[in-house]
Amino acid sequence: MSTPLKRVHGYLAEFSSARDVFHAAEQTRDAGYSSWDVHSPFPVHGMDDAMGLPRSILPRFVLIGGIIGITTAFLLQYLTQVVIYPTVVQAKPANIYTIAAFFPVMFELTILFSAFTALFTCLVMMKLPRLHHPLFNAPSFSKFSDDKFFICIEARDPKFSAEKTKSFLAGIGGSNIELVEDEL
Amino acid sequence: MAEAAHDPHHPHATGPSRAKVLLREPLVLNQRSMSWVTNRICGIVENPQPKGWWYIIVPCVALVAVMVFCFTYLVSTGVGVWGPNHPVAWGWDITNFVFWIGIGHAGTLISAILYLTRQKWRTAVNRAAEAMTIFAVMCAGLFPALHVGRVWMAWFLAPIPNSNAIWQNFKSPLLWDVFAVSTYFSVSVVFWFLGLVPDLATLRDRCKPGIRKMAYGLFALGWRGGNRQWRHYEIAYGLLAALSTPLVLSVHTVVSFDFATSIVPGWHTTIFPPYFVAGAIFGGFAMVLTLMIPVRKIYGLHDLFTMKHIDNMAKIILLTGTIVGYAYLMELFIAWYSGSLYEFDAFKWRILHGPYTWAYYCMFFCNVIAPQVFWFKKMRENLLVVMIVCMFVNAGMWYERFVIICTTLARDFLPGQWDMYHPSWVEIWTFIGTFGFFMMLFLIFLRFLPVIAIAEIKGVLPESDPHYDPSFAKRDNLVAAPSYEGDRLENRPAEPTAVVTNAAPA
Repeated sequence: MSTPLKRVHGYLAEFSSARDVFHAAEQTRDAGYSSWDVHSPFPVHGMDDAMGLPRSILPRFVLIGGIIGITTAFLLQYLTQVVIYPTVVQAKPANIYTIAAFFPVMFELTILFSAFTALFTCLVMMKLPRLHHPLFNAPSFSKFSDDKFFICIEARDPKFSAEKTKSFLAGIGGSNIELVEDEL
Repeated sequence: MAEAAHDPHHPHATGPSRAKVLLREPLVLNQRSMSWVTNRICGIVENPQPKGWWYIIVPCVALVAVMVFCFTYLVSTGVGVWGPNHPVAWGWDITNFVFWIGIGHAGTLISAILYLTRQKWRTAVNRAAEAMTIFAVMCAGLFPALHVGRVWMAWFLAPIPNSNAIWQNFKSPLLWDVFAVSTYFSVSVVFWFLGLVPDLATLRDRCKPGIRKMAYGLFALGWRGGNRQWRHYEIAYGLLAALSTPLVLSVHTVVSFDFATSIVPGWHTTIFPPYFVAGAIFGGFAMVLTLMIPVRKIYGLHDLFTMKHIDNMAKIILLTGTIVGYAYLMELFIAWYSGSLYEFDAFKWRILHGPYTWAYYCMFFCNVIAPQVFWFKKMRENLLVVMIVCMFVNAGMWYERFVIICTTLARDFLPGQWDMYHPSWVEIWTFIGTFGFFMMLFLIFLRFLPVIAIAEIKGVLPESDPHYDPSFAKRDNLVAAPSYEGDRLENRPAEPTAVVTNAAPA
């Protein structure tokens, strides 16, 4: 049996309140770290600014999804009702002027396509789903979904250093600091 | 000294500080901590279910069996085993469809419209209400699918190229309905699931390794609560709320188009869309309360689902009930004012001398008169009264659809066509069976998923504000209620009502 190879993922520090982790995040941002994240049981208000993150660009994709939805619905109805198989039902003629009768389905498909775009784009942006993550190796990390807050500075950050990052995390009020490793 | 009494930061401040006087009623009572919230809600899933759960689910499963039998009988024999006839071609089937679809609307209202309007109290009820939406839409979908008669032809509803090269009639409100209801169901599931992800992660992190952990872990998608996830998540959640808001209004509007775009007197009215939407929200809120008041009691969620929530929801029932009452009266007025003989006659049949006048007055009493007791705070605080009124509303909303559909059709243009409508036993048991189906799904939901959105409720606690100062609580003499380690069954001190496994803390 050989010793498993391990790769350092980063340092994980625990905080006990939203207030503490908020100020710690501000200091981490100001210290110039880039590959790091704040883990919290709920979205902390104003954390994007505290981390120096811009607003999510998700809405742009959802707009595109919505436009695809409304176009699909229009083409589906126009092509089938007017072009391929024109049928006069209840004296409603088969031409472009009946577009008003197409609005409900156009509306519904806009919503449908936008909602699914929102879900899937959001998952892609969150880099989910994934079955495993090195953070799950850290014993204390499971408390992130209960009442603890964490800051994890990753080893791939150019400013990461085994000693300095650890003391930095201790300096901004982190406790229970541990090195998170990933088995290769 | 007078200054000092009003300044909460003054070291010599006496009496209740200004901050405390102006304090809003907290959304979570007794200063519960985050871990208490986690333990209390996850405890419902992790502890054995109370006896009451078993007492309800066993008859529900039996009713589902009855429902399946009725459907099998219907499909194998023909749609004639139901009661619809000529002229009443839509009977209980469409009544039940509109009834169940309407029930669902409160869920989306709570999760979407109240989210956009920043009504933070929604966090305690939105999960259960959204679950209710999905289950109600599932019940609703059964009826139109089966009333087509030849169920194996139901795929004709979908715009799929087929060998006859015939396409659906997109100018028909019935096809709009197919799109509206299926979109509503899909979007509600997406919204519900996205909201569940952080809470599934909580359940995953509490489980011992095993099948449960794998199952929760799979559906939690590897959630790590990082702010680089939350920032997209929050935007996606907000967008889904913004998309669901017009969607929920459109669904019942389209449902009402099934009637309003026809030429049948009593159906052909422009008031139908807003009137149906208000009615749907009204009936849905009554159903949410009908489910949540017992859940609150059985699982001891008094600190999370507070009297304030019940009060707010009772007020919404009062408001929407009054809108519905206005619509009833306006319908009558317009029937006379329009000068249309047929329209006026249809309403005379409905309220004066028709065979179904009793149903109209049942509806009017249940939907308009009964909720008026909610004008009084004492009544909104009395859970028995609230439950009774909600039961009236549940029944009344069913009567509303029955009155609109069956009584209108029973008195057609030609007196020679007039006929009464009688539901068959198959129809009656199918309807009762869907209640079993609905309750069964809800109980399974209680058993496996967190009934209250854990992550969201933590977000409305005072300490979740990054600018919260712990000394505020001390200053205002807010004392945390005693909590026990883990709030798990085995760690809990003996309570007087120890038999009830999920009893509320004293």
